Amino acid sequence: MEFGLSADQKLLENSVRRFTEDSLPLERIREFANARTGFNAPLWQGLVDMAATGVLIPEQYGGADFRMLDAVVIQEALGRTVTPVPFTASAIMAPVALLTGGTDAQKEEWLPQIASGEVKVGVGVSEVISIRDASGVTVSGGRLNGHAMFVMDGGPADMFLIAAGPDNLAIIPRNAPGVTVTQLTTIDYSRMHCEIKLENVKADLVGGPAGAAEAIHKCIMAGRLALAADTLGAAEVMIYKAVEYAKERRQFDRVIASYQAVKHMCAEMISQLEPYRSLVWYAGHAYDAIPDDAPVKILLAKSGIDEAAKFVIRTATEVHGGMGFTDLMGLHYWYKRINVNRVLLGPPEILRNEAAIAQGWLKQHAII
Amino acid sequence: MDLSYGPEYEDFRSDLRVFLEKHKHKSPLAGMGMRGHPGPFERDWQALLIENGYTCRTIPKKYGGYGAEPDILKTVIIQEEFTSANVNSGLSGQGIGMLVPTLLERGNDDQREKYIRRTITGELYWCQGYSEPGAGSDLASLRTSAKVEDGHFIINGQKIWTSSAHFSDMCFILVRTEPDKPKHEGISYLLMDMKTPGIEVRPLVTMTGAAEFNEMFLTDVKVPVDSIVGERGEGWHVANTTLKHERGMLGDPALLLGRVESIIKILQHEKLNGRPLMEHASYLDRLVAAQAKTEALKFHALRLLSQTLNNEEPGLNRFIIKFYGTELARELSDIALEALGELGTLYDGSPHLRAHGSWQVRNMFDLGLIIGGGTSQIQKNIISERGLGMPREPKLAKAN
Repeated sequence: MEFGLSADQKLLENSVRRFTEDSLPLERIREFANARTGFNAPLWQGLVDMAATGVLIPEQYGGADFRMLDAVVIQEALGRTVTPVPFTASAIMAPVALLTGGTDAQKEEWLPQIASGEVKVGVGVSEVISIRDASGVTVSGGRLNGHAMFVMDGGPADMFLIAAGPDNLAIIPRNAPGVTVTQLTTIDYSRMHCEIKLENVKADLVGGPAGAAEAIHKCIMAGRLALAADTLGAAEVMIYKAVEYAKERRQFDRVIASYQAVKHMCAEMISQLEPYRSLVWYAGHAYDAIPDDAPVKILLAKSGIDEAAKFVIRTATEVHGGMGFTDLMGLHYWYKRINVNRVLLGPPEILRNEAAIAQGWLKQHAII
Repeated sequence: MDLSYGPEYEDFRSDLRVFLEKHKHKSPLAGMGMRGHPGPFERDWQALLIENGYTCRTIPKKYGGYGAEPDILKTVIIQEEFTSANVNSGLSGQGIGMLVPTLLERGNDDQREKYIRRTITGELYWCQGYSEPGAGSDLASLRTSAKVEDGHFIINGQKIWTSSAHFSDMCFILVRTEPDKPKHEGISYLLMDMKTPGIEVRPLVTMTGAAEFNEMFLTDVKVPVDSIVGERGEGWHVANTTLKHERGMLGDPALLLGRVESIIKILQHEKLNGRPLMEHASYLDRLVAAQAKTEALKFHALRLLSQTLNNEEPGLNRFIIKFYGTELARELSDIALEALGELGTLYDGSPHLRAHGSWQVRNMFDLGLIIGGGTSQIQKNIISERGLGMPREPKLAKAN
């Protein structure tokens, strides 16, 4: 019985953390955010060199052939430094979708390029979860039409996986005729999502034996787990930044960390967040080892950590006082990343509905 | 990650399941706590559990225990299986839970011989005389005094929150024997017979309407000097041995997971305007949000267990358990009650009563547990000071 990261996973965590922390002092985070590309070539190359971009891709396609918990460990480390890379969609969601539903030819064509980092993938599956502004893509006569919103990590992507309803998933090169990409600028400048308009675009549909529906389902699950891990890393950093700041900042001749009002805010933050580390780890482990248990646990982990982190982002900012509100302190980069993670691939309210359906308590969404 | 306990432990688990299946008809009701002195029924069950090593496992054979080496996984398996079978897991209370481990660590041979066997068999029942009206969170400021005269401590003062005092045979009590020493160094730990003249126990009725606690008034109570555990002035440290055992518990997420299951049933079976509560988005949303917290606690406890097995000091991870667990328990009983609406307020045998009114009792008692055993505010001090390394609040200069 061993509940925790293996020695190899701790090594992996340490090497990614060392790399991102060395590469991303606050001024670099600010510089990359201001570029608003959701991408940085040297950072991406660093991840390629660590085999992180191929973490979930089998060796035969040039990947590292690790497990989902390893991907979770990497994603958490990336969240800690609000790293501006399209890791979630490209290295987690896209490989899962292609490995689940892709034909041999599709896997052979795309997976080696994803593992090597040459191709970055944006994933558009929002419409399967919730439709806003009448978005949606249809497929008919081998042609795709419509528009997909909040295509994750689509800003810097070279290729897209776009869902056309719950049963079709299309592979679309960025430069394919009829594709228009419009960047959607959220409050979080560290990753760039986009809207994609499709006019009579030729459909290369993902269609292996497991089918596109399963590919979409697993891709969304993996994406939500990754977002939970990203939030875990980012929120923990915010707590420790608040604790350290409180130990330095003096008012009324005392460090403010000695006031119970401040201490209790910090204790509440860590108490709410820390148990979710275990649930996120378990969900990552269950994804491969106990697949029947994974869907519900991922829904609970993601929706639960969203609430804990919502408390953390406002409270950690508050502990910093006026400085927390400034760009100088830069705390807002974490605040914004976590806030966007909360709603990507469905806000927690929708996830809780899905969890009720997945447990057989409800036949259809209570929210319609 | 390796979530299997291994073949030795799975064998242990299947033996236990066979045992439970065979004997559970003899089990007293589970999860009721102690409402009176253990009777023959409870004591027979206790003897059977000790004989098979399912309670008092690590207490040496010569004191009537099972005499096994400590094995936390077996302890966890026992807890899991008794909870899921809803079978009584043996006598509980502060004698077995706190006094016996303390005597094993700090008592002398006479005290161990005299008390351990009789305590674990249920012959002797104990209460704990710690808190006082003026010494709650700041327990070390306690003022009940004990002066030595003619080979006896003469105890005077008042204790409060002494649960079970009205049916206990003995009390382990903290008293101030060295009034001139600093507050932590002036306390002694005594073993007091509850039949000694001068002890008056008055029931303390709580908000639930039941008298779960007592006040205990002590007037010239004579206790022999050899009933001290450890030396004079060491009582604070002796008591902390016991508190360590109390805090050493890993929490019991199985109980809270059981509550989640009960709430699921309420939402499925109770109807509002003819439709199941589960179809009402607001109740459903609260249920799943609380389920997420409960599952997080479950795996957090597994992580703590793993850290303990690897001899890692869990630190922060352990400090948050009491705060998180008691707050969550209250949130869960809130959801059950509020989903029941007006029906949730019914009490005391009223018509239309649900679950014998137990959700209201639990909900009130949950608040008691948030306050008792170190309030949530004290827990937050511990988490921030010992878990996050934040400094203690400086002491105020004496105002008067």
